[in-house]
Amino acid sequence: MCLAVPGKLLEVFDENGLKMGNIDFAGSVSKACLEYVPEIEVGQYTIVHAGFALSVLNEKEAQETFDAWDEVIDAANKDGIGLEKLERPD
Amino acid sequence: MKYLDEFRDPKIAKKILDEIHQVTTQPWVIMEICGGQTHSIIRNGIDQVLPKEIELVHGPGCPVCVTPLEIIDKAIEIAGRPNVIFTSFGDMLRVPGSKKDLFMVRSEGGDVRTVFSPLESLKIARENPDKEVVFFAVGFETTAPGNAMAVAQAAKEGLSNFSELVSHVLVPPAMEALLSSSTNRVQGYLAAGHVCTVMGWEEYTPIAKKYEVPIVITGFEPLDVLDGILHTVKQLEAGTFEVENRYARIVEEGGNKPAQVLIQDVFEVADRKWRGIGEIPVSGFRITEKYRQYDAELKFDVGEIKTDEPEECISGVILQGLKKPHDCPAFGKTCTPQNPLGATMVSSEGACAAYYKYQRIKAD
Ligand code: SF4
Repeated sequence: MCLAVPGKLLEVFDENGLKMGNIDFAGSVSKACLEYVPEIEVGQYTIVHAGFALSVLNEKEAQETFDAWDEVIDAANKDGIGLEKLERPD
Repeated sequence: MKYLDEFRDPKIAKKILDEIHQVTTQPWVIMEICGGQTHSIIRNGIDQVLPKEIELVHGPGCPVCVTPLEIIDKAIEIAGRPNVIFTSFGDMLRVPGSKKDLFMVRSEGGDVRTVFSPLESLKIARENPDKEVVFFAVGFETTAPGNAMAVAQAAKEGLSNFSELVSHVLVPPAMEALLSSSTNRVQGYLAAGHVCTVMGWEEYTPIAKKYEVPIVITGFEPLDVLDGILHTVKQLEAGTFEVENRYARIVEEGGNKPAQVLIQDVFEVADRKWRGIGEIPVSGFRITEKYRQYDAELKFDVGEIKTDEPEECISGVILQGLKKPHDCPAFGKTCTPQNPLGATMVSSEGACAAYYKYQRIKAD
């Protein structure tokens, strides 16, 4: 019940007086209750637990993380450090 | 998939891992609280590529694993009654009670159904006004918003045939109980990101200070976990003990306010038993006076059922970070995912199931 990955909100509708939405998780669409993320808009990403959206993904924060990693990769390339697949020791 | 693949990039993983190796100078024991993170660590082999000085121990953050035997027995008792439709997340059906599990109740004719959300359970209650519909409300802070909403919604609609068997547990009191134990080995925590989406992280600051442990809020993808470990080790090496949010794309400091408001209306903090660990003061929720009629424990009068844990299963010790699953004599022998003796072998988030699936048979 807890392995939540972000999904993309496709549409919003009402069901029994609750704000609900259809959410796309990498191609599989499921319904979730949106009452706890009243600010969410179609196209945004959200984390869902047991049928309830709990948080809207902050795209700016995600971008900052990607940017930081890009710098890491650039620096590594400059140093000539090989960045092949993560290898596990035997 | 956007916001997923980026957090699984092996190149960046290698880079973070290199940095972990660079900053580690002495042995550290770090606990990941959440079963989702345990699963990610074992599946991705993260424990096998870390410096040998760093030991990861697996915390009690799997709701299926810590739900006490007693509550399972209460669920089985209620589910076996003639006029009841018992609804639950699928994981709970295979958790052994003291004599049987919910699957067996179903094979004996009980109406036991799996649902993905407590709202599905409400729908069943609407459609079956002549039956009592019970939802097995287990979990941590992540499932509390949904379980609270179902009760509030039942009250709003006047659905008197709906109730919840509540076994809700809270993460911060468990973290504190582990740290204050005389046998504690944990020096730093990876805090469960999604628990913080609901409650925020204010509660962690006094714990970090009092016990002088760094607490790093961490996500679930391999890079999130590696990054969380890196920042925990950096703090340990520097002798600092701050709460650090490394999952800012999802977690905000104050958590989810609308969820907190409804949780406080429907639930109140209570002492709770944890499977294999025992009772931890103020470590869970029960239904408030206002919504008492939706409390299945009262409605079906099962409050008196008391059950002791079996001695064979050492999951309680594992969830306190004192032993590893392969230290259990039953592991892989009398206890397997097909025939689990303890809940940590049932749930995909359980440490025993993860070790079994990814063949961590021998101690490294
Ligand atoms: S292997 Fe089975 S019996 Fe041993 S601790 Fe894990 S769940 Fe319990």
